[in-house]
Amino acid sequence: MTSVRIPPVLRVHVDGQKEVDATGGTVGELLRDLVGRHPGLGEQLLTADGSLHRFVNIYLNGQDVRYLAGLDTSIGDRGSVIILPAMAGGSGRPTGV
Amino acid sequence: MIAAGAVLIDTREPHEWNAGHLTGATLIPPIDVMDKIGQAAPDRDKPVVVYCASGVRSMRAALQMAALGYRNVSSVAGGIVQWKAEGRAWQMPEETPAIARNPRYARHLVMPEVGPDGQQRLAQSRVLFIGAGGLGSPGLLYLAAAGVGTLGIVDFDVVDLSNLQRQVVHADNRVGMKKTASATQTINALNPDVEVVTYDEMLTEDNVDRLIAGYDVVIDGTDTFETRYTLNDAAVRAAIPVVHASVFRFEGQLSVFVPYEGPCYRCLYPTPPPPELAPGCSVAGVLGVVPGVMGLLQATEAIKVLLRIGDPLVGRLLIWDALDGQFSEVTLRRDPQCPACGQGAAVAPALVVAG
Repeated sequence: MTSVRIPPVLRVHVDGQKEVDATGGTVGELLRDLVGRHPGLGEQLLTADGSLHRFVNIYLNGQDVRYLAGLDTSIGDRGSVIILPAMAGGSGRPTGV
Repeated sequence: MIAAGAVLIDTREPHEWNAGHLTGATLIPPIDVMDKIGQAAPDRDKPVVVYCASGVRSMRAALQMAALGYRNVSSVAGGIVQWKAEGRAWQMPEETPAIARNPRYARHLVMPEVGPDGQQRLAQSRVLFIGAGGLGSPGLLYLAAAGVGTLGIVDFDVVDLSNLQRQVVHADNRVGMKKTASATQTINALNPDVEVVTYDEMLTEDNVDRLIAGYDVVIDGTDTFETRYTLNDAAVRAAIPVVHASVFRFEGQLSVFVPYEGPCYRCLYPTPPPPELAPGCSVAGVLGVVPGVMGLLQATEAIKVLLRIGDPLVGRLLIWDALDGQFSEVTLRRDPQCPACGQGAAVAPALVVAG
């Protein structure tokens, strides 16, 4: 089991939890398992052909997996995974958070 | 006696120094000798000559330096008193800028990382805030207090009662006033030295280059993807650092984008999410203190960039979870394929922003 940190904007899809567990030897397997458990995350994370959306970054132990082996990056025993989508972040007004 | 190449140290108090000192000397008051000699004389094998008023304090300083491993330290017997009496050359301190005597900045002036030079640099600096809202409010207040010479504010909005839960640069009796005017009023009351330049307009592709021109640092307090990408691309074109932050409910993120030195926002996310996948934040809300903390972290990073001190958050994204009380950090990298700052990026034409 790997603990995956869910960003606040996506917690609505995981019953408000900050961290959820998923299994997988690679980042891709982990994400597919995660989406299987929480289907609402599917379209937020992955494109129709199963690759990672360009507005979502996955960090394994603080490193962007795009600069490792992407979805094929293997997760060690003590991997910590953070999902970070682009965040607009504010009151929804055109300027001034 | 004072050999060429020797480091000359004056170990007296500042008020004594101000009455005249030897040319080429560095002032290190007696209490600071152990801590500061390394900075003034990094090479312990090079000769050091130390003097005070009469030769007592300099003798003590010479012993301290010897204890630190300095091999060639001389104390001037008779000190500067005898030196002057013998008719030898000395000088008055260089004219210090007025700012170095301004009590407003006393707590900055005593720190070597800021000091008179740094304070002068802040006074000559220009920082542009995009948004005088939740992030901009604390940043404007503290950068004004810090003595940043020019603060630009881009905001076309008016103060709304619902803003006051976090936008502390405004006030209850200014609901309905333009945010630029309200912020200017607060800044002027706090520090009249600061020049405030206001732009009552929305940042767009058409005006962004004009708005950011001539600023040393831009603080991104926007909250739409469109403005964020527009600002990023223009800042990369103009090579102006952007201090980025975003907030959502109980969480904030922060990074410093220094064009071509570290990643830009498009290295991180080349394209924004489609509108249907980008949750609106007005519904989600934000704990008022969260933009307060993140706005102050932005101000901190801006000062570090302006003073060239410390380790700015370039290539690093700081994530703060207010409820957990935890800061975490991930590494950001420059994307060689970045459409804004990568190789072969189209620098001039504005990039299309989806949504």
